[in-house]
Amino acid sequence: MTFLHNYIYYIGALGLVLIGLLIVLAKHNLIKVIIGLSILDTGINLFIIAVGYIREGTAPIFSEPGLEPGRMVDPVPQALVLTSIVIGVAILALALGLAVKLHKEYGHLDLRKIKELRW
Amino acid sequence: MRTTVSIVLLAVVILGFGLSLLDVPFAERKSQIGDYYIVNGRDQTGATNIVTSVVLDYRGFDTLGEITVLFVAALGLGAVMAAAGGRRERPSTTEPPSLVLRTGTNVLFPLLILFGVYIFVHGHLTPGGGFQGGAIIASAFLLVYLCCRERRINLARKTAADSLGGIVFVGLGLVGLAVGSRYFLSDFLPKGSLDTLFSAGMIPIIYIAIGIKVGAELAGVIDDLLEETE
Repeated sequence: MTFLHNYIYYIGALGLVLIGLLIVLAKHNLIKVIIGLSILDTGINLFIIAVGYIREGTAPIFSEPGLEPGRMVDPVPQALVLTSIVIGVAILALALGLAVKLHKEYGHLDLRKIKELRW
Repeated sequence: MRTTVSIVLLAVVILGFGLSLLDVPFAERKSQIGDYYIVNGRDQTGATNIVTSVVLDYRGFDTLGEITVLFVAALGLGAVMAAAGGRRERPSTTEPPSLVLRTGTNVLFPLLILFGVYIFVHGHLTPGGGFQGGAIIASAFLLVYLCCRERRINLARKTAADSLGGIVFVGLGLVGLAVGSRYFLSDFLPKGSLDTLFSAGMIPIIYIAIGIKVGAELAGVIDDLLEETE
């Protein structure tokens, strides 16, 4: 039980990463693959935030008097996740644009039938 | 076959990830640089929000790279969408919007823009900032597209806003290089008094530039993606 208590955030983030990876690897529909990429992205962001967490910590913002610096969570992972989210949006938009074009070209999004993408 | 290979691969990933995580304790201080930022961030940058001071001051160059990635992705999306056929006029056969949707959009659009501006102007004081505010502004344009498909954003103005944001960011950085502490993006403006709107040197100005740039870019992405769906 202590193991779960200590590592539950890591386990949850890892679970999201694995679900995303499984979708990316095993699904045949390109839209589902893109959804999988998005879930993978979310899992990684959650993991980075969880690494910076401190027990009973507050947000690293001095929004009211009386907040001690010693109890604030690590701001560096949060700043990195801000970057990561923006990059994730960029990837999502580009991938969806390519999917639209592929659908125009082939009339479907089944990766098994699009020869150039088979593995 | 494919599923089996995937599951084997995932098992390897779980094992590697899990074994390396066992050495990373949860909920304890791990980095000294984070402590340094929290203790000194307010005095050195003048920003109340330490995340903002990390994003725009300590790691400002990183953020320039970040908006460059977003810019290149928006550019790439535009190129992909324009590759075959180019821009076409939307068909006029779409269903006209209902009165509720039209009125609601007219009421909500200025409020959404105002909220987005509020979020990025107060980026150094409260949670939020240029990227979040820009996303809210883009959502206002998405609402307009949902309501009235014949209305479109003015592409010339979108490009102008996009360029303005980038020029202000890079220009301020270069001015900092010239007159400040001799490094790119060094803060040369007065810090002002803590916890007020006019504080934190050039952080609010850069966040306003980023907000305008991100809003214009995401609105352009929405425009590009809606162009093809008829």
